Amino acid sequence: MWRLEQRSAPSVPMQVATPFIALAASVIAGGVLFTALGHPPLPALYAFFIGPVTTSYGLAELAVKATPLILCAIGLAIGFRAGVWNIGAEGQLTLGAVCGGGLAAMVFYDASGVWLLPLMLLAGAAAGLLWAAIPAFLRTRFGVNEILVSLMLTYVALLALSALVHGPWRDPTGFNFPESRFFPPDATMPLILAGTRLHLGFPLALLVALIAWYALARTILGFQLDVAGLAPRAARFAGFHPERTVWLVFLVSGALAGLAGVIEVTGPVGGQLVPVISPGYGFTAIIVAFLGRLHPVGIVLAALVVALSYLGGENAQITEGLPQAVTGVFQGFLLFFLLAADVLVRFRLRRVAHA
Amino acid sequence: MMDAAILASVLATVIAAATPLLFAALGELVTEKSGVLNLGVEGMMLVGAVTAFAIAVVTGNLHVGVLGGALAGALMALLFGVLTLTLMANQVACGLALTIFGIGLSALLGDSFVGIPLDGLPELDIAGLTDIPMLGTVLFSHDLLVYLGIAMVPLTALFLTRTRWGLVLRAVGENHEAAHGLGYSVIPIRYAAVAFGGAMAGIGGAYLSVAYTPMWVEEMTAGRGWIALALVVFAAWRPWRLLLGAYLFGGVSILQLYAQGGALFDVPSQVLAMLPYLATIVVLTVLSSRGVRALLAAPACLGKPFHAA
Repeated sequence: MWRLEQRSAPSVPMQVATPFIALAASVIAGGVLFTALGHPPLPALYAFFIGPVTTSYGLAELAVKATPLILCAIGLAIGFRAGVWNIGAEGQLTLGAVCGGGLAAMVFYDASGVWLLPLMLLAGAAAGLLWAAIPAFLRTRFGVNEILVSLMLTYVALLALSALVHGPWRDPTGFNFPESRFFPPDATMPLILAGTRLHLGFPLALLVALIAWYALARTILGFQLDVAGLAPRAARFAGFHPERTVWLVFLVSGALAGLAGVIEVTGPVGGQLVPVISPGYGFTAIIVAFLGRLHPVGIVLAALVVALSYLGGENAQITEGLPQAVTGVFQGFLLFFLLAADVLVRFRLRRVAHA
Repeated sequence: MMDAAILASVLATVIAAATPLLFAALGELVTEKSGVLNLGVEGMMLVGAVTAFAIAVVTGNLHVGVLGGALAGALMALLFGVLTLTLMANQVACGLALTIFGIGLSALLGDSFVGIPLDGLPELDIAGLTDIPMLGTVLFSHDLLVYLGIAMVPLTALFLTRTRWGLVLRAVGENHEAAHGLGYSVIPIRYAAVAFGGAMAGIGGAYLSVAYTPMWVEEMTAGRGWIALALVVFAAWRPWRLLLGAYLFGGVSILQLYAQGGALFDVPSQVLAMLPYLATIVVLTVLSSRGVRALLAAPACLGKPFHAA
C-alpha cells in the first residue's frame, strides 16, 4: 500500500519536473480523447501538436497567440504568489481594447503620427488598471471577495464592448456589421517578420517578462509578495501592508491585461473593434501562470505550450475534422494534471508494509 | 398600472429563473458547510446541462436526462474531490480548473447537439390549485424541478440542523481536527458533500437545458454558477436566506428581460444585461461592509486542506 508523506521542504526538482509530467499526461489523455472521438490517435496528435509549427508562419502564429497570454499571466502570477486572486483578466483585457481601440476608432480615426500607437497602448493599460482598481478598492475598503467581483466585472466589460460595437461605435460605412471603423495605419502594431503576422507586441511581452523577473527575484517588492502569500501574519509583522499588496497586484495585472487588449486589436484582430476580441486569453492565462510555476521565464515557455493548443485545435479541425472545443478540454487537462502532480512537490510517495 | 394577470406571469417567471440558482447554490452551501470551497460550480452546471440535454434528446426521456445531468455534475465534483481532498491541491486553483475544463468539455460534448430542438419539461397541472386565479399562475404552474428546488430548501435546512450526519458535516467544516479526533472520517464526509454539491449544480444546469430554455448553447449558464457562489455568501450559509436571495436574483434577471422587451428605458439591451452582475457586486459589497458578522457565519475550516498525520 502507498501513502503520502509530507516532505520537510518543498522539492525543487519536482517543482521543475511537474509541468513536464503534466504536459506528458495531457498529451496521453489527448490521445485517449481523440480515440474516444473516433479518430486514430497518432495522426490526430500530430495534427494537434506538430502540424501547426512545421512552417515559419506557424511558428510566428505561436508567438502571436502567446503574446496576450504572457502579458496576462505575468500579472496574474504576481497576484497568485501573494494569495490575491484576480480572475478578471479577460474583462481588463476587453476594457483595455475598448479604450485603446476606441481612441483610434472614434477620436483619431484620420490622424497620423508615431505618437498614436504609444498613446493607445497607454490608454489601454490605464483602462485595464482602472477596471482592476474596482475589485481592489472593494476588497481593501469593504473586504469583498475579489474573485467574484473581478469575474462579474468581466461579464460587464464583455457586454460593454458588445453594446458599443452594435451601437454608437458601429462603422457608419460598414454595412451595419457590428464592427468599428478601421484604425488609421499609424494605429496598428508594426509587423516584424515578413510574410507572417508576428508583430512588435511579442518582443514587448518578452520585455515585460524580463522586467517582472527582475522585480520579483531581485527587489524587496518581490520578497514582500512572496511573504504575503506564504506567511500573511509574518508579512504584517514585517510592516508589509496586505492592503498595499492587493492594490499593487490588481493595478499591475490590470494594466498588463489592458495592454494585451490593445495589442490584440491593433495587431491580430486587424485594426478595428469587433464583438469578440479574445478567445478567452484572460482565463487561459490562469493555466499559463500555474504551468509556468508563477515564474516569468516559466510563463513565457508555458504561454508557448498553451498557444500551441489554440493552433492545434484550429489545425485538427481543418485536417482531422475534430471539433475545435478539444482546445478547451486539453487546456483543462493541463491544469488538472499539473495540480495533481504538484502533490509530489510537497509530499513523497512512501510504500508501507501493511495498512 | 400593470395588469394583475401580467404581474402573476412575471412572478411565475421569476420563480423559474431562480430555480437553477437555487439548486446550484444549495449544493455549494452544503459543500462549503463541510469546509470545502468549490469554485467550479459554473463548470459543473455546464457539464450537467449538456449531459442532461444529450440524454434527453437520445432517450426521449427528460427525467432520465435530468438524472444524467446530476450524475455528470457529481462526477465532475468527484474529480475536484480527488485533487483537493486526496491530493490536497489548492482548492481555489482546482475550482478554477474545474470551470475551465467544464467549459471545454461541455462544448465538446455538445458539439453535435447545437440547434437540435427539444420539448421542454412539462408544467404540472395540479388538480384544483393551478386553476386558482393569480396564485395558481404564480405558484402552481411550474414543472417538477421548480417544486423539487423549493423542497430542497427545508430538506437541506433540516438535514444540517436536525440530523446526526448534518451535525457531523458541520463539525467537519468548523473544526476538522476536532472532528477527526472524535473519530469521524473527515475526507469521506467531505467527498460526500462535494459530490452532493456537484449533483445539485448538475441539476441546476439540467434545468436550464431541458426546462428553462430547452436547447443547448455553448456557455449557456452565462455566469450563473458564479452568481450561485455569491448567493451562498449573501445567504450567510443559511438555506432559507438562500431561497430569498435566489428569488431576488431571479427577479433582477427577469426585470432585465422585461425592460428589454418593453423598452422601459432607452438603453441598449447589453446595458440591461449587465444588471445581474452589477447587482451581485452591490449585494456582496453591502453584505461585506457589515464586516465581521458575515465573516463569522463562514465555516471556520472553509478552504483549508486536511491531512491526517
